[in-house]
Amino acid sequence: MSSMTISNLTKEMLKKMFSSKKRFDGRDLFEYRELKIEKDISKKAEGSARVCLGKTEVLVGVKLAIGEPYPDSLDKGNLTVSADLLPLASPRFEQGPPGFNAIELPRLVDRAIRESGMIDLSKLVIKEKEKVWTIFIDIYPINDDGNLVDASTIGAIIALQNTKIPVLEGETINYEKKRSEPLPLVEGIAPISISFYKIGNSLFLDPTREEEEACNARITWGISQIKDQKFINSCQKSGEATFLSEEIEEMMKILPKKFEEINEKIKKAK
Amino acid sequence: MEKEKTRDSKEFIRSDGRKWNETRPMIAKVGVIPNADGSAMFAFGDTIAIAAVYGPRQLHPQHMQDPSSGILRCNYDLLSFSVYDRKKPGPSRRSQEISKVTEWALSPVIDLEQFPNTVIDVQIYIIQADAGTRTAGINAASMALAHAGIPMKDLVCSVAVGKLDKQIIVDLTKEEEDFEGGEGPTDFAIAKIANSDEFSLMQLDGKIPPERIKEVISVVKETCAKIYEVQKKALKEAVEKTENS
Repeated sequence: MSSMTISNLTKEMLKKMFSSKKRFDGRDLFEYRELKIEKDISKKAEGSARVCLGKTEVLVGVKLAIGEPYPDSLDKGNLTVSADLLPLASPRFEQGPPGFNAIELPRLVDRAIRESGMIDLSKLVIKEKEKVWTIFIDIYPINDDGNLVDASTIGAIIALQNTKIPVLEGETINYEKKRSEPLPLVEGIAPISISFYKIGNSLFLDPTREEEEACNARITWGISQIKDQKFINSCQKSGEATFLSEEIEEMMKILPKKFEEINEKIKKAK
Repeated sequence: MEKEKTRDSKEFIRSDGRKWNETRPMIAKVGVIPNADGSAMFAFGDTIAIAAVYGPRQLHPQHMQDPSSGILRCNYDLLSFSVYDRKKPGPSRRSQEISKVTEWALSPVIDLEQFPNTVIDVQIYIIQADAGTRTAGINAASMALAHAGIPMKDLVCSVAVGKLDKQIIVDLTKEEEDFEGGEGPTDFAIAKIANSDEFSLMQLDGKIPPERIKEVISVVKETCAKIYEVQKKALKEAVEKTENS
């Protein structure tokens, strides 16, 4: 169970199974595992959530602090997403400086959120050109059983939707005071990320850790909806395999349907 | 109505006078770094990338070696003065991510199994940046690998396609990348294996309806065919030069 890498034998087996549209756990290729969501898991955070996707569990917290605006966006607050792949969550995670996965994961979540325009950062200015709110979204996987990206994006969105801005007393923040003001979120926009994985010539969604390890490529799409129009806000291909145009077209057909379906799941789980 | 839209799109002229599906002037040159086993420069207008290839060579530390295959290792970065706000030297999260996706963009065409326990190092630096730096870097690196004589099944061609409000455009400048209005800017960096329908880099930021991705893919195919010609010409010139000297 905690062996470090998946064997070539298992890889070949999975490849064969996927090509005949079968999975060890009996799911369809594009079927997500059970989604569970819990809000406000930390009283000290400005917003927080726990998301479980099958056996994958992720905690996400939002903290707010006073910061300086970036020189290229003096009229906007800051958004910083980080992830820490704790050795607690998997035998594959190691102590020490962040590896590539720990750099990529928060960047994927960041782009899905930022590019969707969900947060109105221009309303987070405290003193023009000098002081703004900085939103920290921190992601901690607690148990990695695959598809951390999609689970983390859901966690980040739920945490943001439940974030309350702390009270300012002059120059300092009183974190203890009861607050009521939510983040300036644009109504109706709530992005999610949907990651397609490729093994052999088969595409599928929501891998377990074992399925993920057997894959040669992944492509993560950030998708949102404004009124009736769906938008792709971000995309990143990872891994050494390539994608064909027909596969890209197939993904474009599946994406809008999955967006609706996952949002239904989120609504039910909330 | 539909008809009018397409006509508008065809007549759309950009602030630098280009048509929607036109790249900036491309310059490609092979053999720009004598010390390297292979090297090249590639420019899209004011974006200039140089790349050097060292290897295949013994990989150290030894525990990183793979007895079944060689390893491709890419490093992408900006020179400090390539942008208006000086870029602090040294790797950033952005450059680390681009290095990795560049590796993934190039590795499908390289036959690494011929070189067990070795590494092929690809060093990419941007001398002057005006958007599209990762795509120019991939074009340069692909030529540098061929110049180094690494067995490759094909070249890799790369370009960024974007969208200003609803208008799709090819090879964005920084000014176009920062456009704000309507649906805002979209930037979609793509790499394609030259003679195959395979895409090895896909990175998007912005706002584009899923049903329009098809248009992007189709213009990427046309543009990559043009880039491929530029790359081939530069490689041929380099070979002819060595033969004559």
